[in-house]
Formats: sequence, C-alpha cells, structure tokens
Amino acid sequence: MSDRPIRITVDGEALTGIAGQSVAGVLLAAGRISWRTTRSGAPRGVFCGIGACFDCLLTVNDVPDVRACRRPAADGDEIRTQSREENT
Amino acid sequence: MSRHVVIVGAGPAGLAAVEHALRAGARVTVLDQAESPGGQYHRRPPGADAARHGRSDFDRRRRLLAHPRCRWWPGAAVWAFDRVENRLHVLRGQPDGSGRRRLTLVPDALILATGAHDRTLPFPGWELPGVYTAGAAQALAKGERVAIGGRVLVAGAGPFLLPVAESLLDVGAEVVAVLEANPFTTVRKGWSARPWRLAAQAGKAGELGRYAATLARHRVPYRFGRAVIEARGADSVREVVTAGVRADWSIIPGTERTYEVDAVCVGHGFVPQPELAVAAGCVLDGGFVKVDGEQRTTVDGVFAAGEITGIGGAVTSAAEGAVAGRAAAGEKPAPALIRARDRALTFAGRLASAHPIGTAWRSWLREDTIVCRCEETTYGELVRATTDPARPGPHALKLGTRAGLGPCQGRMCGPAVSELCGGTERHHRPIAQPIRLGELAARTEGEPG
Ligand SMILES: Cc1cc2nc3c(=O)[nH]c(=O)nc-3n(C[C@H](O)[C@H](O)[C@H](O)COP(=O)(O)OP(=O)(O)OC[C@H]3O[C@@H](n4cnc5c(N)ncnc54)[C@H](O)[C@@H]3O)c2cc1C
Ligand code: FES
Repeated sequence: MSDRPIRITVDGEALTGIAGQSVAGVLLAAGRISWRTTRSGAPRGVFCGIGACFDCLLTVNDVPDVRACRRPAADGDEIRTQSREENT
Repeated sequence: MSRHVVIVGAGPAGLAAVEHALRAGARVTVLDQAESPGGQYHRRPPGADAARHGRSDFDRRRRLLAHPRCRWWPGAAVWAFDRVENRLHVLRGQPDGSGRRRLTLVPDALILATGAHDRTLPFPGWELPGVYTAGAAQALAKGERVAIGGRVLVAGAGPFLLPVAESLLDVGAEVVAVLEANPFTTVRKGWSARPWRLAAQAGKAGELGRYAATLARHRVPYRFGRAVIEARGADSVREVVTAGVRADWSIIPGTERTYEVDAVCVGHGFVPQPELAVAAGCVLDGGFVKVDGEQRTTVDGVFAAGEITGIGGAVTSAAEGAVAGRAAAGEKPAPALIRARDRALTFAGRLASAHPIGTAWRSWLREDTIVCRCEETTYGELVRATTDPARPGPHALKLGTRAGLGPCQGRMCGPAVSELCGGTERHHRPIAQPIRLGELAARTEGEPG
C-alpha cells in the first residue's frame, strides 16, 4: 500500500485520507458515519457501499448528488454534506 | 474483420469472458464503472498491486486487458442500451461527476456481466447510520482498509458472512458474533446432499475451514438460528437486539438478547443488477437473467454471465464468463468449459438450499418499520395500501405509497416490497445508471475509432 496522503475538506473542516480511498472511506475513517438527511430529517451515510442504495449522496466541488462510496477522493476536494431539499 | 464483443463488467465473470473471447479471435471492448478491474471479488487496498484471493487467474486476466485486440475502459458507466439501434450508451469520467464524455458502442455481440448487490431484509432500525450491508463492510475493509466500527455484529444468511467477519478482524474491528439465521440442520442438509459433487469445489471447503479457524482464534462465536431483529439508537446504532428464530425465521419468544455495538452489518444473500439486460429486452426468471447452455439470453447477440444469472460466487461467475466469451466470439465452447460451468452451478444450487430466506421474516416488522429507505415508506403504509380496494396492482401501490420511487429505484426495497405485497418484482428502470440532464442534452459522440 503506497499510503500517499491526500487532503480534502468537509463542510470546511480538513480531513486526511489515502490516495485511492473513496470519499466515503475517508469520511468513515475520520469517524463520520452520517452526512445526509432524508426528507423527514433522518441522518444517513453509507449502506450498500457499492453505488446501489443512494444513501451516501453528498456534494463534491459544487456538484450535488455524488455517491460518496463510488467517488475516489482527490486531493483538494471540497465536500459539502447535503439534505434532500437542497437539490429538489 | 473479426467480431467485436463488448463486455460490461470486469468482475470474475467479465474478465473470464475477456480471456475466452480473445482466445476465440474476437476484438474485445470491456468496460466497468470502477477505476480498476476485479469487480466485487478481486478488491484490493489503494496502491496494493495484487489481489488477495484467486490471484493467479486474476493476474493473468488483468494482463490481458493490454492485449492488442482488447480495449479496456475503466470509469465507464453504461447507462442505457437501445435495442432498436443495438447501441450501448456509455458515460466516461468521474462517477456522478459533471462533464463526463458520452460515447456509444455498436457491438456484434454483447456480454452483460454486471453482477449483484447485497440483499438486506428490513427490520426496525435498519435505516440508522451504523447499519451496513455485509458487502459494504467487506468493500470498505478489503478495498480501503477501513473498519465500519469498533464493535461489530455480523448477521444474516449465507457463507459470505464469514469472509466479511475475517476482513473486519483484519482491519482491527472486534466482531462480537456472526449469526446465521438458518438452523444448523438446514445448512448441513443443504451442503452435504451428494457430497461427491462438491469435490469440484474442494477449494471452497478449504476456504470455509480457514474462516472457521480465524473466528475460533479470535473467539468470535458463530451461531445458527439467530437473527438481528432490531437496531436501536438515536442518531446512530448503539445496540442491536437478536433473537433465536425457527426454521421459517419466526422469532422464538424469550430468546431476545441485546448487544452493545457501534456497527452492525447484515446480508441476506444477493440480488442481481439486471437493468441493462431488461433494457435489452432479455427475459428474466425469478429476477435473474434467463440464459441457455451457452449463456445466450433470449435476445439475439446478447449474452449474460455471473451473478446476474444466479448467485453462485466468484468461481461460478468465472466459469459462466468463460463459456459466454467463447460463444459470443462465435465459437462453440469446448465440452470441458461447459462441464466446469455445470459443476459450478451445482455449487450455486447448494448455496441456495443451504441458506434459504425464511418466509416469516415479516414477523420482525412493526407498523412503523421503514421498508423503502429512500421514501421512508413504512410497513404499516404498505399493508394499508395492499388492502385498499382502490389501489389494485403493483403500479398503483407504488404511486400510492411511493415505495420504490426514490433515488435507488427499488434496488434496496424491491424484493421485500414484492414479497410483502404478494406481487412479482418489476425491474423497470429505463436508465441503468444516473445521468445528469445536462449530459443527456449534450450532443452524442459517435463510437471512437
Ligand atoms: C459489495 C460486495 C462485496 C463482495 N465481496 C466478496 C468477497 O470479498 N468475496 C466473495 O467471495 N464474494 C464477494 N461478493 C460476492 C460477489 O458478488 C461474487 O462472488 C462475484 O464478485 C460475482 O462476480 P460477477 O462477475 O458476476 O460480478 P461483480 O464482481 O459484481 O462484477 C460486476 C461489475 O460490473 C460493473 N458494473 C455493473 N453495472 C455496470 C454498468 N451499468 N456500467 C458499467 N459497469 C457496471 C461493476 O462495477 C462490477 O465491477 C461481494 C458482493 C458484493 C455485492
Ligand atoms: S452507500 Fe449505497 S450508494 Fe453509496
């Protein structure tokens, strides 16, 4: 494992991950297990881990509705957590 | 010019298909939405160059992606198949990103090897953060070296729970128990009927033995006839309730037990991802793509292999891929390949009979238990809707309760909703992968040279 570190920000807070990890992996490794709220306001994070459930949506570099489990994290990514209303 | 075989999915099935289509002389394009080949099985942490399991076959097949007659497109999501024009629609670029490239391919033969995702039955609290599918726990541990929690309970049905527990231990999680809902008698009967037929999969038996030893070494109990029936916590899981269940998975009163955990992963087998096959017009059988002895679907020129045709693990998937690769390239698959595939299918049959889904799982549900995670439709709402004479039929039911109409389009709740409402699951998702409106409006680029 090359362990090349990368840095991303989540709602302005800096987090460190390893190149090749998904955005979900970086968030979970940092102890964040939820980052989205449903219409009723319930928190959600990762469920299926492979892009099928859409529970892990967040905003990456101003693009909303990105599945955190499918998107490789890139150095400098700016992540925003999102609620469902924000984009409908 | 030789036949152009297009293969969607570079998991065990797709990669075996690549190898055999090349051997039969075809030109091959293989694409996968992931950045690296291997699918769900051959996963490895960032930077690691060798997969842990099935290494030699995988390494040989992965090298073939650089073959002069092979074109490999990673990061390529296939979002539609137009059966009238025989045209496959592909988006290349960052997953769910903007500005992806739109491309199309017109294959001489198409092999669909899009695999499966976990099936998780609903139970009270399964929507809480900290509840994961078994596959998610596996993908994060094996592919990213991330543990989903410190104290984890692993539960559900099927032998897949064992490698999941092993991977969790590998990344430093404490696994409090592994629970198989089926009783030991069901599991034993399923696996040991006509044991000589299993000899072909002797490697599998060794693998299971290794998992059992790992669990014993870490003092992780592996229990039969127990299930997770509830997850509790305010904003995330704090504890899970398990109970002893009968062979039909009904709860045995008085056997409840509570564990304090910060994560739980649950898997009740797998469901296929047949969207593209449905778009192509292929007939399904029990949700799986129907194929003949040479992996042909019911649509001319379209083949299917791997877990979209039935759940049988990586070895079975690869055996099917090999047959599909030869046949799609226009060659008759050698009898040895067919025999290997048929032996592997026996294993798949065993898996299904040793780890069935008990019909009484619905007795775990309560009025307010969420069944559709996206739309937060509850069990109570579904039951009321099915008994409402003004809403006959699955379509009206969906519109009335919104079950299955959220972003996942019923991928998670589909089998449960159809079981609870007494219908068959409808796999009607015209778009296999999400596409942004801007991308849809953009001019289509032709097939690149
Ligand atoms: C999350 C998860 C983890 C698993 N881990 C293990 C494990 O560690 N050990 C084990 O024995 N079994 C594991 N399994 C079981 C596994 O499904 C099979 O044994 C095996 O990988 C199936 O092979 P396959 O080739 O049929 O499909 P897969 O390996 O699932 O490969 C399918 C491929 O198709 C691609 N794909 C799907 N749809 C599209 C599309 N529209 N466009 C482009 N590409 C697409 C996917 O990205 C994927 O790479 C896991 C299953 C899941 C769901
Ligand atoms: S966790 Fe299911 S889509 Fe990302």
